[in-house]
Amino acid sequence: MNTASLVPAQQAMTRTPGTLAAIRALLRRELLLAWRRRADALFPVLYALIVVSLFPFALGPEDALLARISGGVLLVTVLLAMLPSLESLFRGDLEDGSLEQMLLAPQPLPLLVLVRVFAHWTTTTLPLIVVMPLLAVLLRLPAQVLPVLIVALLLATPLLALLGAILSALTAGTRRSAILLALMLLPLAVPVVIFAAGAVAAAQSGLPYLAPLLWLAAALILALVLAPFASASALRIAAET
Amino acid sequence: MSISLPASADPILEVQRLAFARNDEPVFGPLDFALDRGETLLVEGDNGSGKTTLLRVLAGLLPASGGEIRLGGEPLDHGAHRGRMVFLGHQPGMKGDLSPCENLVFLSGLYGTREGTDIQSALEQVDLAIYADTPLRLLSAGQKKRAALARLALLPGELWLLDEPYANLDRRGIEMVNTLVAAHGARGGATLLTSHGAVRFADPHARHVRLELAA
Repeated sequence: MNTASLVPAQQAMTRTPGTLAAIRALLRRELLLAWRRRADALFPVLYALIVVSLFPFALGPEDALLARISGGVLLVTVLLAMLPSLESLFRGDLEDGSLEQMLLAPQPLPLLVLVRVFAHWTTTTLPLIVVMPLLAVLLRLPAQVLPVLIVALLLATPLLALLGAILSALTAGTRRSAILLALMLLPLAVPVVIFAAGAVAAAQSGLPYLAPLLWLAAALILALVLAPFASASALRIAAET
Repeated sequence: MSISLPASADPILEVQRLAFARNDEPVFGPLDFALDRGETLLVEGDNGSGKTTLLRVLAGLLPASGGEIRLGGEPLDHGAHRGRMVFLGHQPGMKGDLSPCENLVFLSGLYGTREGTDIQSALEQVDLAIYADTPLRLLSAGQKKRAALARLALLPGELWLLDEPYANLDRRGIEMVNTLVAAHGARGGATLLTSHGAVRFADPHARHVRLELAA
């Protein structure tokens, strides 16, 4: 075989697309999938709406009581609404072999994981934050606290999604991982809820609320850097089975 | 059990004393073989003899328990060599809610596109052009397989690892696989494929090396 004629062909064969092109392709796929299953995307919002609208019935329509608990109830509702979709974050990719294709692609896996989590957060959790003003009204949350709650959620939910991604990757290969994931996420979610609720409670009593928000922001930055690597390693292990 | 093949001039893949054990139980190996550019290697063995495991080890999805793999003369580094292999597993590696066309757009976004091909021509090569926009889950098992095979006509990898590429395919589909593999060999690529009945199907003109895995 003529080796000289092979060299240019070989170079053409090993040309890989840029990372940006890969990010765009993955985002496009995730958004398309979310659009095809848009009824599923509605579930967390519906769930939160049902839970929040049941509280006034259970506790009585006493404005002062509702206003006092509303911040915490809204935070916990969002956290619980996030759980079911987190469980299946990587499950489908593992089962249909898409995960293998991503593992073998000439792209950094942690980056692909980060894009995946971002797309997941945008399609499942962002709608929850968008309807937050409506939910806040249902629970008589004071209007001046709402912006603090939304900022707290914008910091806390991506953090929880990144922590959930690690656990979802770890449990992707196991059966009945929903319970396992919930049990493992609980201790990790506690500090996140404490800081987010702390900021909302401080704002509600007219105290400075910046410190807990900054703690959340610091934790989010840390998770943005570390969680994709942890998830990527866990996915490599999940693919070995 | 080990099979030694004569050292070749221009190997793309060299495997020396490669072994894999699961929970200290040997699955295969130690194996020695080499794969030249333009060559097709057929891995034969009974069900459960470790064909799929061998392919997954070569792809880097499973860590070998011993031995060495060299790709293009260098020790295989799955970080640096990713993208030089195209892996086709039992699962299509595609999303059921997306059409073959959308799935291929995603794959080519990750892996790139081979010079001189595009998604349209890749789908035509596997006779799936009329289903280009139908969600994959609505297609038959054979059509899903063809959609998965379309990546071979599109992606730039030089070493193809195909696990049971003939499964679910009709006679024309089998010829399609042989045509794709032969064209890949003519370009200077190499193919390693597994099948329990591939000898019946495989293109008689291609150069085959049989590799029997001991059970």
